[in-house]
Amino acid sequence: MEKAIKRYFPIFALPTLLAFTLGFIVPFLMGIYLSFCEFTTVTDATFVGIKNYTRVFTDPTFIHALWYTALFTIVSVITINVFAFIIAMLLTKGIKGTNFFRTVFFMPNLIGGIVLGYIWQILLNGILANFGKTLTFSSSYGFWGLIILMNWQQVGYMMVIYIAGIQNIPGELIEAAKIDGANGPQLLANVTLPMVMPSITICTFLTLTNSFKLFDQNMALTGGEPSNSSQMLALNIFDTFYGRNGWEGVGQAKAVIFFILVAIIAVTQNTLTREKEVQQ
Amino acid sequence: MKRKLVSLMLVAAMTAGVVAGCGSNSDSGSNSNDSSESGDSDDGSGKVYYLNFKPEQDEAWQDLAKAYTDETGVEVTVLTAADGTYESTLKSEMAKDVKPTLFQVNGPVGLATWKDYCADLSGSDVYSHLTSEDYALKDGSSVLGVAYVIETYGIIYNKTILNDYISMDNAVVSSIDEINNFDTLKAVADDIQSRLSEINDQFGYNLKGAFTSAGMDSSSDWRFKTHLANLPIYYEYKADGIGSTDAIKGTYLDNYKKVWDLYITDATCEPGLLSSKTGDEAESEFGMQQAVFYQNGTWEYGNLTNDENGYEVTADDFSMMPIYIGVDGEENQGLCTGSENYWCVNSQASEDDQQATLDFLNWVITSDTGRDSLANVMGFTTPFDSFADGYVADNCLIKADQSYTAAGKTPVTWCFTTMPSENWKDGVGSALLEYAQGTGDWDGVVSAFVDGWATEYAAAN
Repeated sequence: MEKAIKRYFPIFALPTLLAFTLGFIVPFLMGIYLSFCEFTTVTDATFVGIKNYTRVFTDPTFIHALWYTALFTIVSVITINVFAFIIAMLLTKGIKGTNFFRTVFFMPNLIGGIVLGYIWQILLNGILANFGKTLTFSSSYGFWGLIILMNWQQVGYMMVIYIAGIQNIPGELIEAAKIDGANGPQLLANVTLPMVMPSITICTFLTLTNSFKLFDQNMALTGGEPSNSSQMLALNIFDTFYGRNGWEGVGQAKAVIFFILVAIIAVTQNTLTREKEVQQ
Repeated sequence: MKRKLVSLMLVAAMTAGVVAGCGSNSDSGSNSNDSSESGDSDDGSGKVYYLNFKPEQDEAWQDLAKAYTDETGVEVTVLTAADGTYESTLKSEMAKDVKPTLFQVNGPVGLATWKDYCADLSGSDVYSHLTSEDYALKDGSSVLGVAYVIETYGIIYNKTILNDYISMDNAVVSSIDEINNFDTLKAVADDIQSRLSEINDQFGYNLKGAFTSAGMDSSSDWRFKTHLANLPIYYEYKADGIGSTDAIKGTYLDNYKKVWDLYITDATCEPGLLSSKTGDEAESEFGMQQAVFYQNGTWEYGNLTNDENGYEVTADDFSMMPIYIGVDGEENQGLCTGSENYWCVNSQASEDDQQATLDFLNWVITSDTGRDSLANVMGFTTPFDSFADGYVADNCLIKADQSYTAAGKTPVTWCFTTMPSENWKDGVGSALLEYAQGTGDWDGVVSAFVDGWATEYAAAN
């Protein structure tokens, strides 16, 4: 059997490997090369050294986008995970219509980011119009709008992961804790939370990287307005690349820096939460 | 063995699917004729691939391309970039194997980006048909771009409503002709704005403001950050006797403020809502007779008179007047006329394709089908001498421009083609919006306008 797997290895792996090379590795390497170039179209570039990287840090919009994104990530990771966990707890108590609620909460996740962005833009603008304002009135409106949107979209998905984690906790363990006299909060802190740590690892990882890389929702909801002040990193890179002539290479350099940042954050987070996981 | 063969074939099919999936994806742009690959074998004649800038004319270009292919057998593909995405579409199309052979730049600043891709058109037929050298984009002695449409903008106004207003008691003017400077325009707009319900009661309109909403959504903000900003630049250039500059002084920014204040005060909506108001909303406000004044240009004629839009205004209802900003002697100012659409032929395309493109262009501006489409279907006023005999667009806004010129008014040139970059326009637009909604002050606009110009000019050159 093992031999057969080995023999057919190329057949199974090759298509994916090929697609991965074409769709990821080649553009990735090309992107790194282009970040050291000046160009108008990607097929016709001249090498300029690290000039693009020095220009990245003279661009105030990039620095602003970096802080804005960091702040957004912190707030959204906390809110999404807290809400998702609370809902997961409620929906594992066996109340009536559990399955129906789970479906309803999960559904927003099936709608694409651009569509969601425009829908929420209409909804929120409809409310704000009563006060003579719109979402793009100032960057804090856009910020909280985006937080609401992302919560609405992602809470359901994270909830499903938490439910799976909670249901995996052995009943005997909870029973034993109860017999030992643990009350609700103690049960939560000493049994449930440690036991769902793997789910927490996955969920924080997903929300963290999702928030940091957020693009569609940001573009559709505010488009970075006003004055690029609600612009997050991914959108900033896109606008630099496509919106400013002569800055294509700088956009590319930003993308490389962005990749490194996301990689560092994701790896750190993963190691940190992994350490807290317990073996059953 | 057989099974192995089958699985190998399956894998091959899968891989091919993946690769073809990527390949065809990049080609099937939304509006392409979709024949770029299935075309008949190369018989030495080139192909034409036009990346069109104007979404409203997409259908007309598709029809024209088809007519040309039917007539000559030369394949013509037309792809239209969505509103506001021309530069990014061009950037990615140019990086592909099948590149546009014909594209457009918006003037000297756009040309600077695409210079290396523009073939010299000095010996071409299309260049020889230009009525004036001014309509060509030159770099030294070579002609790199040829304008194909002359456009005019100003303040489109509803003359029916305006005349009804004038017939009222205490109207501040007694004829539309009296509105030939900023102060009068402001007086009229202020008066209409303060008497909206009176006008509505008396004439049965549904007026909501003197001006349409000055929307700062990206579908509308170019009307102010580009077109309106042209006026202070035009007057500054004129006063200094220059045609472009590396540092604008902002001599006429107070005038810019005056007219912007007018737009946001005497309007159909509160300034706080401007950030999400779109171009379509402003158009429909004018079309549904909810506003009297609407800053836009000759290209709006088609939209305003199109039956499908269901607007209440008809071609007899509206005309266009110059944008007055309160400069001395503006009684003699005409409408803003110029071009920001220049055809360029891709110098990196094969010789055959370039020749095919030039032939196509020549056919477009000399054949009956081409001229009819440009003048009557697309409604363009072109700078070509071949249109003189009867191919003049039937457009009351263009006629308004002609009558201003005939009356000896000086047309305002399009200086905005010398604006240093898109980023500069965005900066001014954002500052205008912040000023309008009260989150910023006018100094922000001045700084974006003056300092931004110097920074952006330095960054681009």
